[in-house]
Amino acid sequence: MKTIQTKKIIDTVAEMCIEANTFLSEDMLESLRTAESSEESENGKEILKTMLDNFEVAKRRTIPICQDTGMVVMFVSFGQDLMIADGSLEDALQAGVAKGYEEGYLRKSVVADPFIRTNTNNNTPAVIHYKVVPGDQLKIKILPKGFGSENTSALKMLKPSDGMAGVRDFVIKTVEAGSPNACAPIVVGVGVGGTMEKAALMAKEALGRPLWMRNPLDHVAALEDYLLEACNNLGIGPMGLGGVNTVLGVNVEVFPTHIAGLPVAVNISCYVNRHVEREL
Amino acid sequence: MTVINIKTPMSKEDRKKLKAGDHVQISGTIYTGRDAAHKRMIEALKKGSPLPVDFTDQLIYYVGPSPAKPGEIIGSAGPTTSGRMDAYTPELLEKGLGGMIGKGNRSEKVINSMMNHVAVYFGCVGGAGALLQSCIKSVEILAYEDLGTEAIRKIEVENFPAIVVIDTQGNNLYETERKKYLK
Repeated sequence: MKTIQTKKIIDTVAEMCIEANTFLSEDMLESLRTAESSEESENGKEILKTMLDNFEVAKRRTIPICQDTGMVVMFVSFGQDLMIADGSLEDALQAGVAKGYEEGYLRKSVVADPFIRTNTNNNTPAVIHYKVVPGDQLKIKILPKGFGSENTSALKMLKPSDGMAGVRDFVIKTVEAGSPNACAPIVVGVGVGGTMEKAALMAKEALGRPLWMRNPLDHVAALEDYLLEACNNLGIGPMGLGGVNTVLGVNVEVFPTHIAGLPVAVNISCYVNRHVEREL
Repeated sequence: MTVINIKTPMSKEDRKKLKAGDHVQISGTIYTGRDAAHKRMIEALKKGSPLPVDFTDQLIYYVGPSPAKPGEIIGSAGPTTSGRMDAYTPELLEKGLGGMIGKGNRSEKVINSMMNHVAVYFGCVGGAGALLQSCIKSVEILAYEDLGTEAIRKIEVENFPAIVVIDTQGNNLYETERKKYLK
C-alpha cells in the first residue's frame, strides 16, 4: 500500500497557496489577452491592460496579484488504497494553508465566527471537499476565493416548469447585478440539478474547469455558449465601466435531480480565478 | 487619454472640477479603511466620541493590504468593494470627507449624500494590488491596530491611478458607459 507523509502534504499545500495567489493560470491569461484585443470601450481596454500589467508585476516581485488572497476552497480526491503515514489528512491540509499564508505574506482574511468576527490570523480553516476514489493517488485542487466576487453569487430553487429559460434568466440576472462589484470580466460557474448543496458545490467546481473546455453534453455546452454571449451583451464591461467583455467564460455542470425540483447555483469569480491542481 | 494630476487634500472647488470619466493620478496623503474600521468609527460617533482622523477634504481608500514582505512597507494593495461601506459613508461625508476610492457601485443614498457634500468617488482596477502597491511611498498605522489588515492607515501615494466614477453632480459612469455597449 502506498503511504504518504503529512509533511509532504503540508509543504505541497503551502506551495500551492503561494503559487495560486502569485501566478496567473495559462487559460486565464490567454482569455484576458483575447479580451484586451477585442474590447471596444476605451476605458475597458485600458483596464484590461492594467490587469495584464499587474500580473507581470506580481510575478516579477512574487507578491500577490490581489490583496484579497481569499478563503481557501479545496477539492481533494483521496485514493482508497492510499495511507497517510503519520497523522490526520485534514490537519495536514489545514496546516499547509496556515504555512502557505504565513510564508507567502498572504493576507489572513478568515474570521473565526461569522457574528463575533475575530481573525484566526492564519487564514484557516479552509473549506475542504473530499471525494474517495479508486487508486492510490492524492489529488488536491485549491481555489483561494476572494469575496468581492463570492458575495455576488446566488442560488435559487427553480420549479421544473421554469426549465432552461428559467435557468438562463437566473444566471443572467445574477451576472447583471454582480459584475461591477465582482471585478469583471468575471468567470461564471453554474451548477444545475442535484439538491441545494449539490448545485452550489457543482457551481464552485465549475470555476476550476479550464475556460477552453466545454461541457461534454451538447445541450449543456449550448447553454454555456448562449450564456456567454448574452452576458457579454449586457454592456457592463471590465470593472463595470462599460464594454463588450463582461464575462470570460461560463462553465455549467449538471447532476440528476428530483422530479419536483430544478436547483440552480451561480458562483462568480473575478478575472483572476485562481486555481491550482497537483497530484501526489 | 489625458490624465489629471490631483493633490490631496482636495478642496470643494477642486472636487467640483472633476467629471465622471476623468482619468486621474492622485498624489499626497490618503487614509485606508474598510468594513471593520467603518463600523467602529460610526459606533464612536454614536457615542459622541471623536473620529481617529479629521477627514475634512481627505480621501479614504477602501483597502485591506496583504502583509509586507521583508524590506517592503506594504503588500499588495488594491481596492475592495465599496458597496459594503454604503451604510456608513453618509455619516463620514457629513464630517467633511472629500471622497472615496474603491471599486463597484454605490447606493442612491450615498450618491445623494455625495451631491450634498460635494464629494467624489474614484474607482481603481480591482485585483491590481501588485501594481497599485508600487504607488505607495509610506505607511503609518493611525488607529485600530488590532484590526490588522483592516486598521486605519495613513499612506502617502504618488501618481496613484484612478477614474472618476461618480462626480459631485451625481454623474455615474456605471450607468452612462454601460448603455453604450448594451446590445
